[in-house]
Amino acid sequence: MSASDHAHDHSHGYAAHHDDHGHAPGFFRRWLCSTNHKDIGTLYLIFGAVGGTVGGILSIWMRLELFSPGMHHFSSGQEWNTVVTAHGLLMIFFSVMPALIGGFGNWFVPIMIGAPDMAFPRLNNISFWLLVPAFCLIIAGLVMQESGTGWTLYPPLSNSTYEPGPGMDFTLFALHLAGASSLLGAINFITTIFNMRAPGMTLHKMPLFVWSMLVTAFLLLLSIPVLAGAITMLITDRNFGTSFFDPQGGGDPVLFQHLFWFFGHPEVYIMILPGFGIISSIVSTFSRKPIFGYLGMAYAIVAIGVVGFVVWAHHMFVSGISVDTRAYFMTATLVIAVPTGIKIFSWIATMWGGSIELKTPMLWAIGMIFLFTVGGVTGIVLANAGIDQMLHNTYYVVAHFHYVLSLGAVFSIFAGFYYWIGKMSGRPYPEFWGKVHFWVTFVGVNLTFFPMHFLGLAGMPRRYVDYPEAFRGWNEVASIGAFIGGAGLLVFFYVCYRVFTSREHVAENYWGEGATTLEWTLSSPPPFHTFAELPRIR
Amino acid sequence: MSTDTHGVSALPISSGLKQPYHLVDPSPWPIVGAVAGGLIVLGIVFSAHYGGFGYWVLGLGVLLVLAVMFLWWRDVISESRTPGLHTPIVRLGLRYGMTLFISSEVMFFVAFFWAWFNFALYPEHVAGNASGVWPPAGTLTFDPFHIPFLNTLILLLSGTTITWAHHSLLEGNRRGLIVGLGLTILLGLSFTCFQAYEYSSAPFHFVGGGIYPSVFFLATGFHGFHVIVGTCFLIVCFFRARAGQFTPERHFGFEAAAWYWHFVDVVWLFLFVCIYFLGAGQIAPE
Repeated sequence: MSASDHAHDHSHGYAAHHDDHGHAPGFFRRWLCSTNHKDIGTLYLIFGAVGGTVGGILSIWMRLELFSPGMHHFSSGQEWNTVVTAHGLLMIFFSVMPALIGGFGNWFVPIMIGAPDMAFPRLNNISFWLLVPAFCLIIAGLVMQESGTGWTLYPPLSNSTYEPGPGMDFTLFALHLAGASSLLGAINFITTIFNMRAPGMTLHKMPLFVWSMLVTAFLLLLSIPVLAGAITMLITDRNFGTSFFDPQGGGDPVLFQHLFWFFGHPEVYIMILPGFGIISSIVSTFSRKPIFGYLGMAYAIVAIGVVGFVVWAHHMFVSGISVDTRAYFMTATLVIAVPTGIKIFSWIATMWGGSIELKTPMLWAIGMIFLFTVGGVTGIVLANAGIDQMLHNTYYVVAHFHYVLSLGAVFSIFAGFYYWIGKMSGRPYPEFWGKVHFWVTFVGVNLTFFPMHFLGLAGMPRRYVDYPEAFRGWNEVASIGAFIGGAGLLVFFYVCYRVFTSREHVAENYWGEGATTLEWTLSSPPPFHTFAELPRIR
Repeated sequence: MSTDTHGVSALPISSGLKQPYHLVDPSPWPIVGAVAGGLIVLGIVFSAHYGGFGYWVLGLGVLLVLAVMFLWWRDVISESRTPGLHTPIVRLGLRYGMTLFISSEVMFFVAFFWAWFNFALYPEHVAGNASGVWPPAGTLTFDPFHIPFLNTLILLLSGTTITWAHHSLLEGNRRGLIVGLGLTILLGLSFTCFQAYEYSSAPFHFVGGGIYPSVFFLATGFHGFHVIVGTCFLIVCFFRARAGQFTPERHFGFEAAAWYWHFVDVVWLFLFVCIYFLGAGQIAPE
């Protein structure tokens, strides 16, 4: 007797047929008490859109301020600092991670491996709901203007001398809650992928998106607890009289940087690896070719994940660590370019000779490959400990990490959105407006972030509300770019409006023969419960 | 993999197998648990900054979390006793889950050991530490072969009693299971009592005591908290054993508790060797 027999017997919610809406539980049970990976994925996607919109509004506010020298739209440097902090934390923990891991991961990892749901459906739901109080706490830290540390939370800036208010503690505890959410999610994904693959779905047949989610989940599992330890020490330093990071009690602020970046560096791969997986699916689909070098691609993800754990101190080249330490971390960091290069060149080789169709998802995917490569090569520059002495904490770094994340990870999210929105909603997106969204965003973000390289090389430091007249020109360009990027976000909302008001329906596999993963064998949208009978993979 | 696109070759066919997993019914506990988690952190921040009502918020959050744990795991236990839900592959999934959870707990302790070694191996990282020794000059520490060694023996002994319980369970000897579990619980409780006594007679102080007490109390304190959690886990198993819920074939709840108990045991061995023994400085007089 299997679990699905039981489900059929006891609940009207578990029809396993191609019949969606009539058999889902009522609103309260369906959306607040959900144990369904697709519904929870949808909640995550909506949450990621909300987090990204709030974070995006903050960035528009910052670019308004930086449009010209002087103080115009901010009342104080502290206000600026809290906005910088909230922007970073919202984009990382409340937009990119929920959308890529919670959203697309929840939706498509079980489907792609032929599983009926995640391994621990209730755990899946608490992973989502923990983000809601965490989000509220971040917003509290923002409106109280008491968390002006940047997302890196370095003491002494974050200690009780410089940030005495409860707003800083709210921000730290928000990370505890978001971390617990990610940790439980990671356990869920690893168990699902190891334990619930359909017959014939060997590890070496898994779609690369599933591989990327597996490695991402391991990175979360092993790095998040170290962050939890670090912010716990910070909280006890602030509130309960310890002195881990306080030199007055013998403590060591650099210890916090080590602990933070032992988490923080894997975290940047946590944000980009799921995007790599999405891009692999899309490039293959729209080139109508198998991905080039599948095994190499899979193990490149693994290699990035492993090496990503031993490069953390390249964020700390100017913290006073020894020359030998810098030499090691520089070398290890440069090594990461090898598996990353394998991925970039394999995507290009996949497109080579393919019959390429430049639909909206493919535009975003190619855009991501280009922009991520730009961010990757500036990463090579910054990895050099000597050069980093000059570029550390300048706008060059801001440009670098926005090219890999704001452009790499966010373009992956939009690529995934256009690729799968028909599958998730059952309705087509408007192709024309999708392309408008891409081009407006592409122009906007490049205008925003490319000039920041010049500003950084010219010596403009990051995290300041004001700058001298000499930096005005490129700052104006960057701000205009940000406004164009903001317009792109409005186009995206219009696309969403068009999708959700569309009366058309899309077929099971609306991308044709290039799309071969299991989600394309299901109806659009898929039934409430999928794979009541397991598929067999040949 | 010649014809693959992403790995999957052609359109799959049905295997004809009914899916063997447990599709869980919708549950209110996760969202209530998330709210309770939010209340706990609000309560901590409020009580640290404003005292008074903060403790009420904290207390409410803790009660709510405990209630959610009780109700949620009650559901899991009743599902495990409903035929057809916890199939063999579902039970394997639970093993993966518990293993991964313990792995993450290990990484949590890595953070505190990292802090310890940052100062113990590099005393020059201790600000203002002119003597270059660890523990910082003037710090009195515990005699490792006094209560800490006793506690080591207690935990090691508890590792044997839980193995006794496990083997009794495997042989269908419920009495041995209950006695072994009961002894393990008593040993766990006595560890906690000795640790509390040791804390109360510490020659250094948590609040404002500087870096040595900071690392010492957080590393051993989080271990102590995990011992308490593990003891609660064992107590639940004790009552489940008395209710006859474990069979020689199916007793994952017990096994998870035993794994967790061995984990806190191993963490203690590292604490004992690194912090109490190798990290001993000038021993405090009795």
